[in-house]
Amino acid sequence: MRAFSYERPETLADALALLAANGRDARPLVGGTDLIIRLRDGTARPRIVVDLKRIPELRPGIETTTDLLTIGATTAMTDIAAHALVRQRFLALAEAAAVVGSVQIRNRASLGGNICNASPAADTATPLLIYEAVVIVAGPGGTRRIPIRDFFIRSGETALRPEDLALSIELPIPGHRTGSVHLRRTRRRGHDLASVTMSCLVDDRGITRLAFGSVGPRPILVEETTGVLADPGATDGAKAALLETIFSSATPSQGSMRASPEYRLAMLRVLGRRAVAIAIDRLAQP
Amino acid sequence: MNDDVQRLPISVTVNGDERVLEVAVHHTLLDVLRDDLALTGSKECCLVGECGACTVILDGRTVDACLVLAVEADGTSLTTIEGLASEGRLSPLQAAFLDHGGVQCGFCIPGQVVSAHALLQDNPHPTRADVDEGIAGNLCRCGCYEQITEAILRTAEASGR
Repeated sequence: MRAFSYERPETLADALALLAANGRDARPLVGGTDLIIRLRDGTARPRIVVDLKRIPELRPGIETTTDLLTIGATTAMTDIAAHALVRQRFLALAEAAAVVGSVQIRNRASLGGNICNASPAADTATPLLIYEAVVIVAGPGGTRRIPIRDFFIRSGETALRPEDLALSIELPIPGHRTGSVHLRRTRRRGHDLASVTMSCLVDDRGITRLAFGSVGPRPILVEETTGVLADPGATDGAKAALLETIFSSATPSQGSMRASPEYRLAMLRVLGRRAVAIAIDRLAQP
Repeated sequence: MNDDVQRLPISVTVNGDERVLEVAVHHTLLDVLRDDLALTGSKECCLVGECGACTVILDGRTVDACLVLAVEADGTSLTTIEGLASEGRLSPLQAAFLDHGGVQCGFCIPGQVVSAHALLQDNPHPTRADVDEGIAGNLCRCGCYEQITEAILRTAEASGR
């Protein structure tokens, strides 16, 4: 591996100062499951790696209030997948965290890293979109809030500037009953990156949110408010027509390595139908 | 050029022994285990966190040692494959791998055994599906998954916990 220098700041202010001074020559490190691969293959060539794991403000953890669940950006997938309230209120996020990589990867990979890496195939991106998460970001000008729907720009690029750090991810606890699910298509069962990711939420007002990834430069969120998708009694034909419109924004690339564009588009429809059905079932469960 | 390499001291407990050493900050935990500590049971293979041949237990959780910088292990406690046998006797899990024919070429086995050991510590009575998921991050090119799964399930049964 090419040499770099390593900094382990013990305050958030020191970490931000290092990023501000070094710009794109600095790269933050949490789990390292993406960054260390890129340091080794030379696709990331920072002068400085800034390890965030000794900063008290960035300790991993999940906190809840009556209307909010806040996940520290450094929290590992293993802990998100196992958290009781995440499983109870944000099941699609728990399901997504539980299928990232393998046990070894989930023990290390963080939620903040997963979204800041901004892979179009990131498993946690689509559940965060359906739950209308907000990313809390610290930068030289102070702290600001970025709605997740404005966060992903394109593959590898987010709304963060090089001098910014994601601190936490807030999930508003829904005021309505909801059913939700995360599904993915991979080449093999078990450890693989997704060829298509799909999250769906329906609520008792008839609103459906579908978010899907790995079929374009960024994951996409679509909200459907006619009530037809969420209606257990609506015909398959009526739902299929709506899903066609929703999926018209998918633009899988020709040069992709894990699946052809044709296959991705076909699986998008399969997963979309399946996700809506499961979300409706879960909404109906007491 | 060597003068440009930043080195830092780390203190780490490896298989119960406290070790203090100086590491290059761009060296991985796997580099340091194999090259500095001569613990060559953990294997270097894919180097992208897909094969699991370098699996070790860091503060109670399995990680791919190829995806952890050695400096990140400062202050942690590690268990490697070398830490599982005691007084020259194989652990029941290691013996079961042999008894059930799980070990063919052997290259992936240190990682398989470490993952299985961690799985049984967290979940002493796993289902077959739990085992499949628990070792999904450990590839075996001899294709011994059935024998390895059997060895893990029989070890859990025999432990009677």
